[in-house]
Amino acid sequence: MSPIDTTLLNLAIAVLFLPLAGFTLLIFFGKKIPRLDLVETGILFLSLAFSLYIMIEKIFILHLGTLDLTFRWIDIGAIVGHPGFVLDIGIAIDNITAIMLVVVTLISSLVHLFSFGYMRDDIRYIRYYAYLGFFSFSMLGIVLSNNILMMYVFWELVGISSYLLIGHWYEKKSASDAGKKAFIVNRVGDVGFFIGIMIVFTSLHTVLFSGIFKGIAAGQLSGPLLTAAGILIFCGAVGKSAQFPLHVWLPDAMEGPTPVSALIHAATMVAAGVYLVARVYPMLTGDALTVIAYIGAVTAFLAATIAITQNDIKKVLAYSTISQLGYMILGLGVGAFSAGFFHLVTHAAFKAGLFLGSGSVIYAMHHEQDMRRMGGLRRKMPITYWAFVIFSLSISGIPFTSGFLSKDSILGGALAYGMLSGNYIIPILGYGVVFLTAFYMFRLIIMTFHGEPRDHHKFEHAKESPAVMTIPLVVLAALSLFVFYTFNPFSPESSWVMKSVVKPESVVPAAQTRGWDNPVPVETASVPSTPNTLPQMGNQTRSVTYYGEALEESHYVGMGLSLTLAFLGILAAFVVYQWKKVDAEKLKQSVKPVYTFLLNKWYFDELYGATVVAGTVGVSKAFAWFDGHVIDGIVNGAAAFTRGASSLSGKFDHYVVDGLVNFSAWFTGLLGKGVRRVQTGKVQTYIVFALLGVLIIFFAFRQF
Amino acid sequence: MNLHVGLTDFLVVSAILFSLGIYGVVTRKNAIMVLMGIELILNSANLNFVAFTRFGLMNLTGQVIALFVIILAAAEAAILLAIVLNIHQQLDTVNVDEVDKLKN
Repeated sequence: MSPIDTTLLNLAIAVLFLPLAGFTLLIFFGKKIPRLDLVETGILFLSLAFSLYIMIEKIFILHLGTLDLTFRWIDIGAIVGHPGFVLDIGIAIDNITAIMLVVVTLISSLVHLFSFGYMRDDIRYIRYYAYLGFFSFSMLGIVLSNNILMMYVFWELVGISSYLLIGHWYEKKSASDAGKKAFIVNRVGDVGFFIGIMIVFTSLHTVLFSGIFKGIAAGQLSGPLLTAAGILIFCGAVGKSAQFPLHVWLPDAMEGPTPVSALIHAATMVAAGVYLVARVYPMLTGDALTVIAYIGAVTAFLAATIAITQNDIKKVLAYSTISQLGYMILGLGVGAFSAGFFHLVTHAAFKAGLFLGSGSVIYAMHHEQDMRRMGGLRRKMPITYWAFVIFSLSISGIPFTSGFLSKDSILGGALAYGMLSGNYIIPILGYGVVFLTAFYMFRLIIMTFHGEPRDHHKFEHAKESPAVMTIPLVVLAALSLFVFYTFNPFSPESSWVMKSVVKPESVVPAAQTRGWDNPVPVETASVPSTPNTLPQMGNQTRSVTYYGEALEESHYVGMGLSLTLAFLGILAAFVVYQWKKVDAEKLKQSVKPVYTFLLNKWYFDELYGATVVAGTVGVSKAFAWFDGHVIDGIVNGAAAFTRGASSLSGKFDHYVVDGLVNFSAWFTGLLGKGVRRVQTGKVQTYIVFALLGVLIIFFAFRQF
Repeated sequence: MNLHVGLTDFLVVSAILFSLGIYGVVTRKNAIMVLMGIELILNSANLNFVAFTRFGLMNLTGQVIALFVIILAAAEAAILLAIVLNIHQQLDTVNVDEVDKLKN
């Protein structure tokens, strides 16, 4: 290993453990030493510096390849002829890891900074910072793990820190409930994840990603089991990244402090699911990828439709997050690997910015979150407003922003997928969401910042947030522009992220791939899904047979389509909410059933309440009944039986045993009564008996 | 009829005496009478000893024992009479059936 590799790995270990050290310090000495929050923030900025160094070294000097540090953790039971049980774990840095390190530490340190202002008067201020540090540690652990087991452990640690931070204001019932909901819903996905790990481990006897891929490439795990393993591992991502059907926890998680929403529930933790899919990407079969693509598309569409109707500023952003995560998953599923990951990076910046911006608004409005009571804030909070506009343009996919670059490449990928598979549902959903996204984001901006103030009292007191809160916004707004990623605002392919994050080669057997997934043509003789078998779609040429080619063909069509839709969405928002050409209320009335359906979030909570929760409660009640009646019945029956048996044996004891004893006593008494007569106490009687005895003896022994 | 007094006759007399003594001891309620029955028994025994000395092979041993018994009987009579006298003084009776202080 070269010296630079060692340096980078050592730095990575430092990046991982610095936040943990901060957490320990704050938890144990937070009350004794003042202003430890500054130390924690300083630690995060140090981690950020290290991460930046690692990323620059890794991507721009070492380019591709993986730095790996593996050690043997468990080695037991190895004897001759039996391999025993061996577990290797460690850390690894490749380009994805390096970028994720920067994303996590950057957002985390900005959120630390922002929290100085936002959480200033909090009663558990130090504990809040401690948990932030703990979260950063866990998240960095996920990013750095080179094996799926360690990743799972950090995965759960992230879950617990999310739970702790959602329930930070646990005096509020809704907050503690939301924490529990997030934790339990995540658990559902994690069970699938763990079963997936077990399938992989039992078949391949390793948890290292490199070992897993090697084993699958060697054909040790294939067929339906491989597809199942891929989908089960994806279940973990469904939970963490709030994909349909486990998306219900994320909107509720907004009960936590807004900076936490920015860090955990928008930028980093929810992206962990996407990161997981990216990590295990080579082992996903064609079927698994198709499932992933559909889940992503459905999630993106579903969440976007709900976001249109919500009035809580954070709820809109939460559904927007789910929708964007759906985009990333969709991107990975259709094969646009680099685009999906690129969107993760850009989304982390602009969505964290949106949440911090909403935090700034909520802070100014004295913890008012209902957009219907805002309005006109543009004049009072110019910095927040302009940052917000940049973030919204970025998420809507308007040129010259980072969101345009990443989102456009995902949509291009989706269109390419449609061309190759002949299945246009996914691209249609994807493009539909572009319109919806632009609409709900500008609805939010107009309702919050434009027009006349609707709550004059709160408006009078609103003012621009302090510098610790606006600086992170400005930084994130800058990072939402295209220049940080590429110098050509219309070419996502030229960005360094897309160049350094190369779609890994699939290791699954050729028959289980979709054939066209590779960027270059491959021999398709043995592949079932050749284009020839696909239905003819319009006048589409059949010459498109592999992904790279399809991507190129669809590029300009896709870009034009997404731009048109995004502008239409913004226009629609302005027509309805700014110029009021169409009355929003009348519109609502005219499509009332649909509106109600969307306002109630597709009735998912009610559905789960009626099925899963009620089912669980029903089963619990049935078990309680079983416990109360059958088990207790058996116990009580056993008790009653024992009592009966005891009373029987008591009776036996009383009548038979005691009877025998008493009888012998009575008999003895009787005998005594009889014999007592002989014992008269009169010597003369004795003499008679003695004489009789002598006579008997005399006659008995007389010898005739 | 050849009147010959032999050992058998003595033994028969002795047996009659013994029986009478026993009868006296058993049936009499008066302690004095019981003592007299005892004396009869002792004397029947003495008669046996003497008879066996005369007709048997006991030499003089039987006669010596008879003398001892007479002395013993005298001593015994003296002690017993003293006891009876005391009983009479204490309990106002010489009926052996009524002397049952140890019974309860």
